[in-house]
Amino acid sequence: MQDMGYVFPNDLHVHWNLMVVVYPYILGMVAGAFFISSLSRVFGAISLAGISKFALIFALAWLPFVTVPLINHLGHPERFMNMMITPNFETPSLMAGFGVLFTLYAVFLILEVLFVYRYEFITLRNRSTGFKKSLYNALLLGTNDTSAQSRKRDIRVSMLLSSIGIPLAALLNGYEGFVLGTIDANILWNTPLMPIIFFFSALVSGVAGVILFYILAKAITNKLDDIETETLRTLTKILWALFAFTFAVQMIDIASLAYASTHRWDLINSLLSGPLSFSYWTMQVMILSIIPAIVLAILSLRIVSRKIILIALPVAALMLLAEVFFMRWNTVIGGQILANSDRGFATYHPLMFEKEGILVSALLLILPIVLFWLLSKIFPLWDTDRIKRHITHYKR
Amino acid sequence: MRVNQELIDRDRRGFIQSVVTGSVGGSLMLMIPMSSSLGKELSSSSSEAKVNPINLDANYCFMVDVTGCIGCGNCCVADRKENNVPEGQYRTWVERYVIDIYNTVYVDAPDGGEKGYSEPRTDIEATIKEAFFVPKLCNMCEDPSCVQGCPISATFTTPDGFVIVDSDHCVACGYCVMACPYGVRFINEETKVADKCTWCYHRVRKGKLPACVQACPTGARKFGDLNDLESEVSKIYRSAERLEVLKPELGNEPTLYYINSREEVV
Repeated sequence: MQDMGYVFPNDLHVHWNLMVVVYPYILGMVAGAFFISSLSRVFGAISLAGISKFALIFALAWLPFVTVPLINHLGHPERFMNMMITPNFETPSLMAGFGVLFTLYAVFLILEVLFVYRYEFITLRNRSTGFKKSLYNALLLGTNDTSAQSRKRDIRVSMLLSSIGIPLAALLNGYEGFVLGTIDANILWNTPLMPIIFFFSALVSGVAGVILFYILAKAITNKLDDIETETLRTLTKILWALFAFTFAVQMIDIASLAYASTHRWDLINSLLSGPLSFSYWTMQVMILSIIPAIVLAILSLRIVSRKIILIALPVAALMLLAEVFFMRWNTVIGGQILANSDRGFATYHPLMFEKEGILVSALLLILPIVLFWLLSKIFPLWDTDRIKRHITHYKR
Repeated sequence: MRVNQELIDRDRRGFIQSVVTGSVGGSLMLMIPMSSSLGKELSSSSSEAKVNPINLDANYCFMVDVTGCIGCGNCCVADRKENNVPEGQYRTWVERYVIDIYNTVYVDAPDGGEKGYSEPRTDIEATIKEAFFVPKLCNMCEDPSCVQGCPISATFTTPDGFVIVDSDHCVACGYCVMACPYGVRFINEETKVADKCTWCYHRVRKGKLPACVQACPTGARKFGDLNDLESEVSKIYRSAERLEVLKPELGNEPTLYYINSREEVV
């Protein structure tokens, strides 16, 4: 039996738009960067010690923008505090937990930054004058202890904060996937793999973001030689492993659906081979997944020289950043294009200048980088002594 | 004797008058969509009080007889008028199903069926074997995913089973719009909050029928209390009539029942 196109009259256009694509993307950048920053602190990955602070501040820079697309998307943005004041824990609503979880995570991240930088701030405060001095004073929250004991305590506390922060980040990003995955009305979203896919793709985007901007920052400041080869190799392997896993899970989801060939697959296939064929198969899978996966696999081999890694790794990272964006788009928008009537496709064409349009989305992805640059003026990103010590150790 | 003749004459005149008025009015009802005076007509209608106004123990249910719907669109006009629904958005709509001899199903609902289906579809080449109309509205689920997911309980189920929205509290995050598998929710373009069919809760609370039920010329839309054994819905519910709900596999437990529905209806 063949059906012709029909969409319920209220569903002609997509409601969860670009803002809902951008929001998990920003959240993912925070999680991925935080993950890289924590690896050396919690798991003792010494080769990542040089990038730890960079990644931590990178995460901090994206943090204030997490809720902006969500609030901008609300029909009544002025009522957004209702989410915190009257959360629905009765039925319970998954979304209601977001406010609490995110606030908790933000507090942990900010506290961690303060503890990691406490000792350095004391030195910086003593060296600076005027506004900067009072800023450091404020960030120090009145502490002035430079003893070895206090520094040890800083490390212990930041390690503890990281250890709690990682599962919190996982929960927050997994939750995002869970919110979509449990909407049984949506054929594309409704899979238990959604939280896993969302969490790991979040890590992929965050790690790729850190790698790209780390190498860019070094290249711009003409300090490429400062990057330890071992750091590059470790980052390559982490990115490759994370992405290979994420990609595999996504493909397993599709493959099992296709093989089972239920009515659900007929509908999803009509979407993937119809309106999403270019953005899904061509862009997300063929170009932005398979190519960087091969490149990263080759780069992970020991035989590849440092010079090649320095060129190919940021390119692969950039492609994966785009891949995750396409994945978010294909999931969030694609799921709604596949209409509830099971008989047709809704449409969505974002405009450049609308409230939730392309320009605002672009700004939301650029402003964190600007903030990151500003933060780098306050938070030193490089631990010069330590880097030099490691370079003598690892540079080949 | 003369008096009696006068009475008979008057009665005859009255009778003829009633026949003419009734015929013209009835024909117009069937031929053209409801006029803008419908609202007045609804509020002054005498056929209300079919619903006990203050009865929290009632088990309200809505039934749609698919074979009874003629696709006139009166229900949609009445609903828009009653609930100030913005143009282009729908609390209720009527779908037209057409099936050709090759079993291809054609569904459409131009303007939500609000202007009636006076013209046949011209884009179908094969011979048509059957056609029918399916009114859609809130399924008023007993286990509604829209209520479950609302982050701030702005949408909730009343003690008497109506799923409604607190428009003063709703932030319009759109989760309920996503969660409703029936596509009956939307973000109202004017109020900027989630909106949906309420089975005219405000009318039912006053003992009136929902506006669409009141406006339906064929009785295809039925509303009543299942606990009231004398109500039409209760009688149908307890009869051998086959009742179906939409998308039962999703577990939302709708209380909107379809009589004589078809498997093609989603």
